[in-house]
Amino acid sequence: MLKTLTKPDTLIAAALMAFAAYLMWHATALPIGWDGARGPGGGAFPFWLSAIMFLAAAGIFMRSLLAGVRPEDLKPFFEPGMLGPVLAVTLALGLTIFLMPIIGAYLAIPLFMFWYLRFYGRNGWPVTLSLTLITPVALFFFFEVALLILLPKGITEPLFFPLYAMFF
Amino acid sequence: MTITLARRTVFGLAAAAALTTAMPASAADWQPNRPVEMVIMAGQGGGADRLARLFQSIIQQEGLARMPFMPVNKGGGSGAEALRYVKDNAANPHIIMATLNSYFTTPLQTDIGVDIEEFTPIARMAVDTFALWVNVDSGIETLDQYIEAVKAADGAWRMGGTGSGQEDSLVTALLEREFGIRHTYVPMGGGGEVATQLAGGHIDATVNNPSEAMSFWQAGRVRPIALLTGERLESMPDVQTFAELGYPLEYYMQRSFVAPAGITEAQQAYYIDLLEALSQTEAWQSYATEQALLTDFLSGDALQAYFLQERDLHRDLLASIEQPS
Amino acid sequence: MEILSLLGQGFATSLMPLNIGIVIVGVTLGLFIGAMPGLGSVNGVAIVLPLTFIVPPASAIIFLAALYYGAMYGGAISSILLGIPGSSTAVATTFDGRPMAQQGKAGLALIAAAGASFVGGTISVILFTIFAAPLADFALKFGPAENFALVLLAFTTFVGLGGDDALKTIAMICLGLVLSTVGLDLITGQPRLVFFDMPGFYAGISFLVLAIGVYGIGEVLWTLERSRIAPTVTAAKVTYAELRSAIVTLARTWKTMTFGSVMGFFVGMLPAAGATPASLMAYGIAKSTSKNPETFGKGNIEGVVAPETANNAASTGSLLPMLSLGIPGSPTTALLLGGMVMWGLMPGPMLFSEQPDFVWGLISSLYTANLAAVLINLALIPLFVWALRMPFSVLCTMVLVLCIVGGFAPDQRMHDVWLILIFGIAGYLLRKADYPMAPLVLALVLGPVMEQSFRQALIAAQGDVTTFVTRPLSGMFIALACVFFLLPLAAKLRKHRHAVQSG
Repeated sequence: MLKTLTKPDTLIAAALMAFAAYLMWHATALPIGWDGARGPGGGAFPFWLSAIMFLAAAGIFMRSLLAGVRPEDLKPFFEPGMLGPVLAVTLALGLTIFLMPIIGAYLAIPLFMFWYLRFYGRNGWPVTLSLTLITPVALFFFFEVALLILLPKGITEPLFFPLYAMFF
Repeated sequence: MTITLARRTVFGLAAAAALTTAMPASAADWQPNRPVEMVIMAGQGGGADRLARLFQSIIQQEGLARMPFMPVNKGGGSGAEALRYVKDNAANPHIIMATLNSYFTTPLQTDIGVDIEEFTPIARMAVDTFALWVNVDSGIETLDQYIEAVKAADGAWRMGGTGSGQEDSLVTALLEREFGIRHTYVPMGGGGEVATQLAGGHIDATVNNPSEAMSFWQAGRVRPIALLTGERLESMPDVQTFAELGYPLEYYMQRSFVAPAGITEAQQAYYIDLLEALSQTEAWQSYATEQALLTDFLSGDALQAYFLQERDLHRDLLASIEQPS
Repeated sequence: MEILSLLGQGFATSLMPLNIGIVIVGVTLGLFIGAMPGLGSVNGVAIVLPLTFIVPPASAIIFLAALYYGAMYGGAISSILLGIPGSSTAVATTFDGRPMAQQGKAGLALIAAAGASFVGGTISVILFTIFAAPLADFALKFGPAENFALVLLAFTTFVGLGGDDALKTIAMICLGLVLSTVGLDLITGQPRLVFFDMPGFYAGISFLVLAIGVYGIGEVLWTLERSRIAPTVTAAKVTYAELRSAIVTLARTWKTMTFGSVMGFFVGMLPAAGATPASLMAYGIAKSTSKNPETFGKGNIEGVVAPETANNAASTGSLLPMLSLGIPGSPTTALLLGGMVMWGLMPGPMLFSEQPDFVWGLISSLYTANLAAVLINLALIPLFVWALRMPFSVLCTMVLVLCIVGGFAPDQRMHDVWLILIFGIAGYLLRKADYPMAPLVLALVLGPVMEQSFRQALIAAQGDVTTFVTRPLSGMFIALACVFFLLPLAAKLRKHRHAVQSG
């Protein structure tokens, strides 16, 4: 029984049920009923759709429970040994996004690339360094100069004043 | 590189020194040193957005500023997003916000922790006007006929407009209060969509800005009944105002700029001077006439007083919608 | 005849040396903007619009048309190569474009997309030229009830796309629809589902954020995990012989292309609908009328051709209501509309009679831009395919950086970048558990129109539900939607009975 409860399909269905329930609760802040002359209230659409989602997820959950543990369920959910790398990349991405408003996109992104290319991807120094250096320059010209979209700079902002003066 | 930079700084300092001795407080005390974000309280393509982009291009074309002005749309939640953004960027002199009437209504309706009194007023560029429109197939030509038709429909008269609690619904509330009538208010997207739905006969009336419905009027599909202005408009001289008909109804959409709280006086003065120069360009003047905008320039403290007065007015209006008498 | 001479004049203008140069620059810039996940024609047009007040209007229009078409073509490039739809109109292109690229047929897929876009653009420009005036009124017939019925119809065409697990498809459609209601409720003006009171949610959840998260980050994580099994993406080359055979293959899909173009044009003309439902419906119909529908989603060339003809035709079609009624069907046309007002042109029913040289000049520029776009696109395909041959870790880094920057760029919000990461992780896990992603993404795109038009129609009809079936156009769409919904079920039943009988 424990095996059936902890297989990925069951767990994900349970998570979806919980999320749907949370959405239903959130949607009740606005009226969910049908007002005769004006049709459904503001919360009706999200509430009832979340309810259907809850039922669908519950269906998947029950089906998964009733099916028991089939041979294909015994296969690990993640490729053996690959969970670590996937987690590492996810965390690195999170850290990069966290750092972007603080040290600016033009430091955070090259740092991420440097880590990924050199330490994760095991590329040589020429590839690593050239890409890490060229990308921010290309981003600057494409986004800021050509498209006038400013990327976050954080504490590096003052360094860009002369560049702004030059290109705008 | 370093040499030119150093030289530029020296020149800059010298120039600044010269200017400070010459003029006590002028725009030259401060200049933006990075591109200025022009936050728009509405999405891409709407009236406010169109205007902001026009300003951007005039500034660029006439060389009014050293740094470009970049429109950034933050229209989420009827401008709640933009208001929060400007609040969270207090004392940042490189942000200005293009406002419309949701500047008053959004903080009144949703608790987003924003008090517009804190923001630094810059300048009011224009006010947009409103008119009552019907589809020509309805055969209605006068205000009396309109009132009669709405009464006969017994609440089923479909008035189209922008979202609930926004300008169009307030004007509708004004009409209902004045004439003791009831509409079925159908909230839709932007003003252009509302005008089209009226031309297609999917709704019975609108309170569009003249610029939005003008082309359908020329094509003989919709008809203005009366204007919500003090005086008649240059671009539609034959249309009467509500005031002329004996009902003193007026409502306007303001188009102003504000900056975050806590910027210096020199920074405020820079933007006021810039926008004043802009308001005198020919490109802006001719656009305003074509679009039936009234260009009463207002800035600084006078603008703040206007904002606060308008906020009170909108508070009353919103209250009267919530408790229909 | 007058139209022809006006068109001729337009062509003469657009073929002047300066303007040819403008077309080339515009198309190339548009291609790169469109190929960048997160950026689309709306960004290109927004940036270029102010510049057009400095150059003469004729050149300005040509530049904008070139950019518009370039970006439309470019959208297919990231859909096929990276599997990330650059705009909602290119979602359907990933269904078969991505599998083709994975099978090493990226070149063929790109050529098919370019060719199909060209055909779609051509047919729709011809339709525009002939029918512009009489069709202007057609869009006026669409009120809220009709809009709802049309979106419902678009929905039913992709019911069959979800794969075999009906429960999982339903769960994903509902999730997408619920996420589309986040933000401010237009009808009541009240905030809904503003999670943890974060101001970022007031703006709602944009399609791009979900698509970049699920298809960008999610896909990279997925590939990363698989990289032990399949270390590299199959490399592809493009040769002249391949180009020739690709064109022959493409020509065989003429039925799909013609149908996609005509339908795309008409659906694109409707302001509330636009290119996204058009491309979906074209895909759905190509699949359901195909002799071997089971090959769709696994790299069938018709699955690339159908949505690409339709979305290009639709973007031409969407110019019609913009010009003749002054209603923009998309953010891009809304910007163009703003531009026209600033040039002193009043879009609306009078434009065709009062400013014929502008209208037909625009149409001939569209045509020139379309031709230039297909040529430049074909010329650049080797470059794009070469990009796929980069080492896997280099490609992954680039995709991740593009996702972060591309997610930030449209609205300049860090909130969106965080959402992209969250959607990426969630999408990765859901995909591993065999939940289909396309219904989720598309439900988010179509959800707002569906809910709003449903409620608007009811308010206008005093709460009377029969309004949807008693109005002729709306009733017709609902009936069609029922047919589309029941067709796959009927096919399944027939198969089932067949199996029972033979078994």
